[in-house]
Parts: sequence; structure tokens; C-alpha cells
Amino acid sequence: MVREQLQTSDIPSWAKPFARLGDQFLYLLTDLGRMGLFLFSSLVALFRRPFRGGELLKQLRFVGAGSVTVIFFTALSSGMVLGLQGYYSLHKFGAEGMLGSAVSLTLIMELGPILTALMVAGRAGSAMCAEIGIMRISEQIDALECMAVDPFRYLISPKLLATVISVPLLTAMFDVVGIYGGYLAGVKLMGVSSGSYFNGMMQSVTNHDLQIGLIKSFVFALLLVWISTGRGYFVQQIRGVGFGAESVSKVTTQAVVISSISVLIFDYLLTAVLL
Amino acid sequence: MTAANHNSDLPAIEFVEVTKSFGERRHRHTVLHGVSFSIPRGRTTVIAGGSGQGKSVTLKLVLGLLRPDSGQILVDGQDVSRLRPRELRSLRTKFGVLFQGAALFDSLTVFENIALPLRERTKLDGHEIQQRVMATLAQLELTGHENKFPAQLSGGMKKRVGLARALQLDPEIVLFDEPTTGLDPVMTQEIYQLFERMQKELGYTAVIVSHDIPKVFDLADQIILLNRGEVDVFTGVAQIRDSKKPYIREFAKMTMGELFESDRSGC
Repeated sequence: MVREQLQTSDIPSWAKPFARLGDQFLYLLTDLGRMGLFLFSSLVALFRRPFRGGELLKQLRFVGAGSVTVIFFTALSSGMVLGLQGYYSLHKFGAEGMLGSAVSLTLIMELGPILTALMVAGRAGSAMCAEIGIMRISEQIDALECMAVDPFRYLISPKLLATVISVPLLTAMFDVVGIYGGYLAGVKLMGVSSGSYFNGMMQSVTNHDLQIGLIKSFVFALLLVWISTGRGYFVQQIRGVGFGAESVSKVTTQAVVISSISVLIFDYLLTAVLL
Repeated sequence: MTAANHNSDLPAIEFVEVTKSFGERRHRHTVLHGVSFSIPRGRTTVIAGGSGQGKSVTLKLVLGLLRPDSGQILVDGQDVSRLRPRELRSLRTKFGVLFQGAALFDSLTVFENIALPLRERTKLDGHEIQQRVMATLAQLELTGHENKFPAQLSGGMKKRVGLARALQLDPEIVLFDEPTTGLDPVMTQEIYQLFERMQKELGYTAVIVSHDIPKVFDLADQIILLNRGEVDVFTGVAQIRDSKKPYIREFAKMTMGELFESDRSGC
């Protein structure tokens, strides 16, 4: 694959910074366009037959079941820290009874979707990116195309579907475990009444809050699987990552970083729109 | 398995005034410069040339993985560069491709690798696929290795599995990209004998891109030499040897030195 590089030898020296800037901008546009088409093709491929049910189950096991342990411990520690910090702050105002409400709302609307997405991006997103990147550089994706097998249907769609199914479920699990972690710290350790903890939670959490959490987790899942698989798929067209094994390792790091930043940016945007 | 023989009066592949360049403006590098040649049906054509002369580019153009800047690439009379993605996918079913590194799916076993095109592109049931894959394994002397993963195979075995996979859909045209890279001389000879036997048995059109000169010429019914964006077509080694063109003579001397010198001294 030929990588387009800026040729600056015929540009006056004073104009070179502008040329580089323009070149970077054009590259960014090209990359965005490429990634946009990639997402479109992946979504269209979800409806193409034959459907790969076996591969979907394999990916559900990898992305979903495989992430349960890391999500469990992240949720438990986050919930416990929230319980302690919440108790510490609320105690100053004599409002310990609000602890259940504070912990549950924070987890359901913010921490649950974000931390689940970040954990899945680090664990499964990086693996998906590396797998597809290696398949690209070892010509396995070319081989699929030459066999007239659509790589989007064969490779990308099962990963996309599995992530979009798994992440909201993992987020739900995160919320439950996190709330229990808050209960352990606040009720069992600090002595807040169990009744006020759960009562506060049930009175303050509405269906709308749950929907916000669900929408966020769905969008984050789509973002992280799109970026992770897309970076791997285009490993040979991405600038500045080198070649061969080095390019796969750099692109994998890039995928996790871009996924994480995108999740954080979209979290703000979604909160602003949905609240 | 036999290769279909539609449009038998047409060449299998035809390049018409094809130009292909890479890079931008002043730094443009023309790999193919208005080249025309045809590849006859049911025969073996070897495409040879030095590094960077456009051998692999030629294969990618045939498969529609690259588009030419100008000219036509006709496969069974259809211009590859003008086909829509769906038509291109359909055209690619005519091809079998053996990649340089075999490009086996490393998370699948030998059996699963060979069965993949049958599972994805045909409506055969599990039993029929099993029978067909086992028959191919036997044909290519791979019986007993079906449950191994590519990482557990030698270089020669990987090439044979790659060939087995490439032949599953009864291709009319089989493209070989540097098929003996990384193999020792004995294994190279074995692989060439296997290619020759399979081509005779199945009757497909074989296109071999290789720098393994002169050994690969033994297989060739036609030889295409790529040099600085131009092509020369020969029907055999003798024709290369007798060429009056200085760069062909230099190429022959450099790449088939001993053969060239001994043949000339015998004349």
C-alpha cells in the first residue's frame, strides 16, 4: 500500500508550515471519511447473509463474559469509594440519608457507562484492533476479499453486534455491583441505615435516569468497537505508525487512546443533550 | 474438480494499454507504462522481473484490488476496473489466489481454512464439505494434518494448504504470488512439481509471479518479463536467450547466468 506523503521540495520555505497544516487537515478529512464509510459498511453488513451465529456467540463470550471479572472489581471498588467519599461529604451536612441516592445516580448516569466502556476498550477493543491489524498485514483480509467473502460481514459485524449487546449488559452489572459496593462501605462500615440507603435510591432514580445510562452505554459501545476495528482494518493507511508488527502495536495503542477520549467527549455531549 | 471453460476463444486475462503509477506529481513513479499482453486460457504464464517492476501490482490489478490510471484489464472480456463492488465480488469467484505468505487464517485449523470458501460461498452441507476437504487433503498429501493450526506447519505445508484453499471453488484462474519465497531448494522443486501436476489435472489458467529464475520457467507455457514499465512476452527460455534486446540479454545473463552461458557455448 502506498502511503500518501507530503512532498515539500517544490514549496517555498515560508509556506511549508501552512502546507503541512493543510496536508494534516486533508489527511484528517480522508481518515474521517474512510472511518465513516467503514462504519456504514459494517452496519449494512449486519443484515447480509449468511449470518455468523457461531462467531457472534464466540465474540459475546470474549467481549461480554470475558469482561465480567474486571467489571466486577472495578464496579465494587468504585461503589465502595463512592460510599466512603459520599458519606464523608454528606456527614458534614448531616445528610447521610442521601447516600443511596448519590451513589446510585452517580453510578447509573455517569460512572457505570463510562468505566464499563473504558474497561472494555482496554480489554476487548485492543484485542480486536490487534487481531484485525495482524490479519491485514498478513494478507488474511486480502485473502477473504479474493475468495469473494465480504470482510465486513465475516469479521467486523459479529464483533460490532457482540460489543453493542455486551456493553449495556455489563453496564447494568456495573451499576448493581457498584450500588452494592456503596452499601458495603456506607451501611456496613460507616453505619448508615440500610432502609434510608435503599429508600433514597428508589425515590431518586427514575426511568429517565436509567434510559440515559442505557443510551450512553449503547453509544459508547458503538464508538469503541468502531474505532478499535477500524484502526486495525486501516493499519496500512494510517500515517506515522511504521510497518509490520510495529504498526499493529502502535495502532492498537492509538485505538485505545482514541476510544477512551471519544467516550469522554461523547459523555459530555450526551449528558448535555439528554439531561 | 475441473475448471470451467466459458468463452474459450477469449484469452483468460487481457491487459490493454494499461498504465499504473504511484505517488504525486513530480514524485510519480510509473510501474506499468501502457502495457498490453494476454494470458492464454488453460496454460501456465510466468510473470517475472526485478523487485519494484510491478509484478505484484499486476496481480492486484487483475483482482481489482488496485485500479489502473488508464487502459483496460479484461477478465473473460469484462473490464475489471469498471465493475461495481458486487460484480467484482462475483468475478472474483473465478479466481483462486495463493499468497506469498499463504495468508492462512491463523486462528483456524487446516481443515477450517480449506473449508472456509465452501462454507461461505456454497450451499453444501457439513457432510459434503467434510468429504470434499478430505479429498483435497489427500490429493495434496496433507491427510493427517487437518487438525493442526498454521503455526504448526512447515513453510511447504502452508503453501500446500494455501493451494488447497485456493482450489476449493473450482477456480478458472489461479494466481500465485511469489509461491516459493522462504522455501529451501528441495521444497521449491516439490512445490513446482505439485503446481504442474495440479494444473494438468484441473486445467485451470495459472499465473505465477516469481523472482525464482530460472527454475520457475520450467513450468511456463508463456513468460512475461516486466522491465521499467514495459513488458516482453516470450514462449519459452530459448526465446529469451535469443532476444537481441540489450536489457533482456543483461537480464538473462544476471538471472540465468549458468544456463545462459552454457546454452550459448553449446550453440
